[in-house]
Amino acid sequence: MIQTIAFYLFATLVIASAALTIVARNPVHSVLWLILSFFNAAGLMVLVGAEFIAMLLVIVYVGAVAVLFLFVVMMLDIDFAELRAGYAQYLPFGVLLVLVLSAEMIFAVSAWSAGGIALSASVAPVPEGVPNIEALGTLIYTRYLFIFEGAGLVLLVAMIGAIVLTHRTRSGTRPQNVSQQVKRRPQDAVRKIDQPVGQGMDL
Amino acid sequence: MIGLQHYLFVSAVLFALGVFGIFLNRKNVIIILMAIELILLSVNINFVAFSAYLGDLVGQVFAMFVLTVAAGEAAIGLAILVIYFRGRGTIAVDDINRMKG
Repeated sequence: MIQTIAFYLFATLVIASAALTIVARNPVHSVLWLILSFFNAAGLMVLVGAEFIAMLLVIVYVGAVAVLFLFVVMMLDIDFAELRAGYAQYLPFGVLLVLVLSAEMIFAVSAWSAGGIALSASVAPVPEGVPNIEALGTLIYTRYLFIFEGAGLVLLVAMIGAIVLTHRTRSGTRPQNVSQQVKRRPQDAVRKIDQPVGQGMDL
Repeated sequence: MIGLQHYLFVSAVLFALGVFGIFLNRKNVIIILMAIELILLSVNINFVAFSAYLGDLVGQVFAMFVLTVAAGEAAIGLAILVIYFRGRGTIAVDDINRMKG
């Protein structure tokens, strides 16, 4: 009973907050609704016993992606009212496309529940009596190790790409030049002179 | 009793909302990126639901990779957005023709 209530709560909230994400006037509100949507999706995943993915969703999406969005929305000085011009112009086409898309997906789900297509045997069955994270870790670090490393490489490339794209060298600043400092030798910097008394000195 | 169909229905609605968001906010690239995140989230819900109901862990492994790609895509997309804003002072993307492609 409580599972059913929890499912309907999470499902309603995830759909409602997703709808508010795309129609909110203020992009900051959009990001906040997106965060709520991620939280509720994580709740949906906890309900089917995928705790690790649910926690990953909260950490990665809410902790990193949504904060990144919030940061960019607040950092850029954008006139959002101007961007909303022509809002109604694309509405009919969008509604039509979404209706067709939903009809197709609901048709597919109904066909699937009416028997569906026979699937192949399970590739990695869920082991009995093992926590979700342990089973997932065993799979990731053995059979899918190279794909996992590939995912790490994707993140590395994304990180370097983002840094390279947004990095700029400012003119007019005087940053520390480490190699020049290290190259400097005492004989270039210090001069020993025997200075006579009462005379001026060459600098 | 909650079946797989319920999860598929939620995920289908979420996917449709994401696509609708792209059409609704054609100028505002930040909302477009958020809508893409919603689409990827719905795909993840699908993967996890199938994984749970078919008793196969591969769906959850793949959902993790989708998550990775979504994070990378958001980072790169926002970086491109920031340099575009620096160059033009706006983020209206419906008339991008700088590269004349």
